Amino acid sequence: MRNYESTFSKLLLVLFSLACMAFFALPLLWLLTAPFTPMTTLSVEIPDNPTLDNFRTVFKNEFAIRALFRNNLIIAGGAMLSVAAVATLASYGLSRTRIVGRDILVYVLMLFSSVVGGTAAMVPLFLLAYHLKLIDTHVGVILVMTGGLLPAAIFMMRDFVDSIPRSYEEAALVCGAGPFRIFRDIAFPLVRPGVAVVAIWAFVNAWGAFLIPVVMLRSPENMPASVALYSFYSEAGTPVHTLVSAYAFLYGLPVLVLYLLVNWRFGFRFFGGIKS
Amino acid sequence: MEKRPGVFSGKVGLTFLTPALFFVAIFLILPFFWIFYLSFTNRTLTGVTAANPQFVGLENYQRLFDFDQWMRYGQFGNALKITFQFVLGSALLGQAVVGLTVAWAFYRRKGLLRETVFTLAVLAWIIPEVVVAFAWSAFLDVDRGTLNTILSAVGLGQPDWLFDYPLLTIIIFNTWRGSAFSILLFSSALETIPPSYVETADVVGASAWRKFRDIIFPLMRGHILTDLILITLWTFNVFTPFLLTGGGPTFRTELVSIYTYRTAFKFFEFGRGGAIAVVMMLINFMLAMGYLIALRRQKAVS
Amino acid sequence: MFRKAMLVRMLVIVAMISTLSAAFAGPAAAQDEIKLTMTCRCVADGVNSELVGWLLEHVIPTFEEAMAAEGKNVTVELVQFGGSDEQLKEQYALDLGVGGGYDLFSFDGFWVPEFVDAGLLQPLHTVAGDVVDEWEGWGHISEGIQAILGYQGERYGIAAGTDVREIFYRRDLFEEAGIEVPWQPTSWEEILEAGRILKEAGVETPIQINAGTAMGEATTMQGWDMVLLGAGQHMYDFDEGKWNVSSPAILDALNLYKTIYLDEELGDARLQLIADGRDRSFADFASGKIAILVEGDWFWRSAILSQMEEETRNEVVTWAKMPAKEPGAGFRGQDFVTISGGTGWVLNPNTDHPEEAWALLAHMSSQDMQLIWEEILPRINFRDDVPVAGDEVMSAMADELLPLTTVRPMLPDYAKVSYEAQLMTERVVSGEMSPEEAMEAYAEAVTDIVGEDNVIVIPVE
Repeated sequence: MRNYESTFSKLLLVLFSLACMAFFALPLLWLLTAPFTPMTTLSVEIPDNPTLDNFRTVFKNEFAIRALFRNNLIIAGGAMLSVAAVATLASYGLSRTRIVGRDILVYVLMLFSSVVGGTAAMVPLFLLAYHLKLIDTHVGVILVMTGGLLPAAIFMMRDFVDSIPRSYEEAALVCGAGPFRIFRDIAFPLVRPGVAVVAIWAFVNAWGAFLIPVVMLRSPENMPASVALYSFYSEAGTPVHTLVSAYAFLYGLPVLVLYLLVNWRFGFRFFGGIKS
Repeated sequence: MEKRPGVFSGKVGLTFLTPALFFVAIFLILPFFWIFYLSFTNRTLTGVTAANPQFVGLENYQRLFDFDQWMRYGQFGNALKITFQFVLGSALLGQAVVGLTVAWAFYRRKGLLRETVFTLAVLAWIIPEVVVAFAWSAFLDVDRGTLNTILSAVGLGQPDWLFDYPLLTIIIFNTWRGSAFSILLFSSALETIPPSYVETADVVGASAWRKFRDIIFPLMRGHILTDLILITLWTFNVFTPFLLTGGGPTFRTELVSIYTYRTAFKFFEFGRGGAIAVVMMLINFMLAMGYLIALRRQKAVS
Repeated sequence: MFRKAMLVRMLVIVAMISTLSAAFAGPAAAQDEIKLTMTCRCVADGVNSELVGWLLEHVIPTFEEAMAAEGKNVTVELVQFGGSDEQLKEQYALDLGVGGGYDLFSFDGFWVPEFVDAGLLQPLHTVAGDVVDEWEGWGHISEGIQAILGYQGERYGIAAGTDVREIFYRRDLFEEAGIEVPWQPTSWEEILEAGRILKEAGVETPIQINAGTAMGEATTMQGWDMVLLGAGQHMYDFDEGKWNVSSPAILDALNLYKTIYLDEELGDARLQLIADGRDRSFADFASGKIAILVEGDWFWRSAILSQMEEETRNEVVTWAKMPAKEPGAGFRGQDFVTISGGTGWVLNPNTDHPEEAWALLAHMSSQDMQLIWEEILPRINFRDDVPVAGDEVMSAMADELLPLTTVRPMLPDYAKVSYEAQLMTERVVSGEMSPEEAMEAYAEAVTDIVGEDNVIVIPVE
């Protein structure tokens, strides 16, 4: 009886998994076949003669390639480093000191960031960047994006930090170690998986960003891939499927690689779960 | 939210917070209050009111709540209604339920199935939105899209998804796009529940549903609250459906984020755009309070 | 003590992040040369790529040579913008607002009034001086075309071309349905009649006239204006200086939409309502699902070519003038109607080199350069000494339609009123409102935008 039940539930799980896989994978299937098809349509078809021609054409577009492999890496990499570093320090500070109403505080900042992240914010952000002489610089984009992403990053981080035991730190404190050393040598190694999650999250957000770069950047040399994608539109303003799909494929690849890397190295999971 | 004594003094804590305070003060709080101020003016980017914006008091807010026409297509009330349906459908019923179900199905399991499902879900969550929009446009194409190819193969016809069921389609789309966060959060939360709790229930022979309701759910209440607060806020601000539908047909998918875009970007009315953003922030705040109270009450009942 | 050190460390982290990628943003080389910048929505091998080719291969090199002959070391950089028109417009407004921006912008004519009112643009002669008024070119540009980038009697830029609107139809489908070709309807009824015959003959969507907000300005120009002008009215009464917001003509125009899309289903309302409807209508025209499409000449010289070979186009696609409701019932008593818009180039009032920037604009707009441009992309030129080159169809359109044409009112509120007109047609073709209700809602909204003193209401009996 028990045996039968477990076989049954195992079968159920397999079916459920297949349904989930179909749900999550089917919409992306076109991205896997279209770039390798000589005459791309909107249907998914395994090409008889898979070709790399589309990629060759894409790689000839210097503007788009620089956007993807230079500008995007700078913007997303920069935002990732700054968000991860600043959020980790801040959440550690929040976690290890008694600050009245810190949860409310972080939540209110998140509400603010929902306003500042929207289209209504474009004029203030532009003028701010202008007065700080940050127009048409990657630094400007990174700083503005960091400001917007920080509250949610701290919100996620602080529970990673809360969940690690404090006894080591307290012991180290007794031994006379300074706070920064305690953070570096004891706390940081323990929260590293959390840092990895927040870093990826920040990277992904900055990698796909469109509105802020359009408002803040000017020269084609500095534009990210989300803008460069439009250079694969035809005269009539419609996407050229062969090239757009190939570029979109390249555009999506790095985040996948980064995720797989981090997942393999640290395990991509919300360490201990975020608590209320 | 138990109170724990700090390891460090407040001053040391503040030092750790310095970089964050720098960013938050300049790139968050300053622009926020700037927008807040603009929402009481008729500031535009072009036209006479660009050169000489005037203080208009609450006019921008009053216009949003002009009840004569506000449920008409293209008006704020209509956008608000669609947004609530979208959040209810794709965040609460969609992402949170999918997240809980998947997390619970793979509770205490490891292996290829789990890894594959999780990776695919995360993939949907992390690839850039323009890429996602292209993939979905192709996926949903009436004649040649993957979805209709499959449906017509099993005799279910070829519906024009974005025309006949636009809201349902973007709800499913956003569920697909965002479920990974809830899946990850809930599976991590489940791991923190001591296995002995569930094993005891196994011995008694409780059904999976009862185990979930009586043991797991009460222990996860806090995580559910966090999840709901975050995904509600994010879903309220989601803009990606615009890339699929442009807000149409006939405004049937015009979310408030798209309505704001139209106001602030097409007509450059930044004063009004700011007012909308502030109203949406307050609605989010009230919803978060609502979740908090509902889950507290639930706790008191059990 | 350690606290202070730590604070320093934290600030160092901030500073490091701030400068981290500063290194990548290369500093601009500063030399004695004069550097001009220009921008347009154009990308090599993408949107408007011919324009890039013309500028980079012809205009800029010859301009730099000419400047060198005058002893000036001038270099011109073309900044290619690949995003949408709206994004470009926002960049312009933001940049000009803080005194920055490129020296020369490509510019849509109907943006001019709102930019001028905001103090973002200055008349050409204010920017570059008397040399502007002395330019030989003005003598070869008609008043009407000069007005494309003009506002309140001042010139703000030079047009780059203009366009006209007409009916395109599929010769092959007409012949199959037994309608005599060439076809030239003289009333709306004749269009509907052709539509009925085509439908009978199995054409899926005989007629497509733009409606709805999704198509944006394409609805106003190719759809609403063409119909309303045929009903005898313009959106704006130029003599009175007021907007027509409620009238029998508006109602007639809306009823034509209702007849086509709802009553007789000669058109497919879906294409007017979905996000990519315009592209789909091009594709459907190319595949023979649509037989009659009202569009601008851009459709002929560019859009349709991404759907079919030029040879096929010449064989199956042809055009007719858009008739008034009945002969003589059109705008200004015309039998046929059309409307023109256009884009051009404006000078940045903040430019450091107004003299050279104007010289570049004048050079681009010279007969020599325009003759080359016509070779690359035949279209209706803004200069009367530059004929349409090598495209008889384009030449015919220009000859027959330019005398009939009118323009949009150059007013800062235009964009908002235009949106309301799109919304009005959307409400009718989607069945949300009756023509009467839609007109009432339009009148209400436009009155709200422009004020009660600036509207004309003609009662419908």
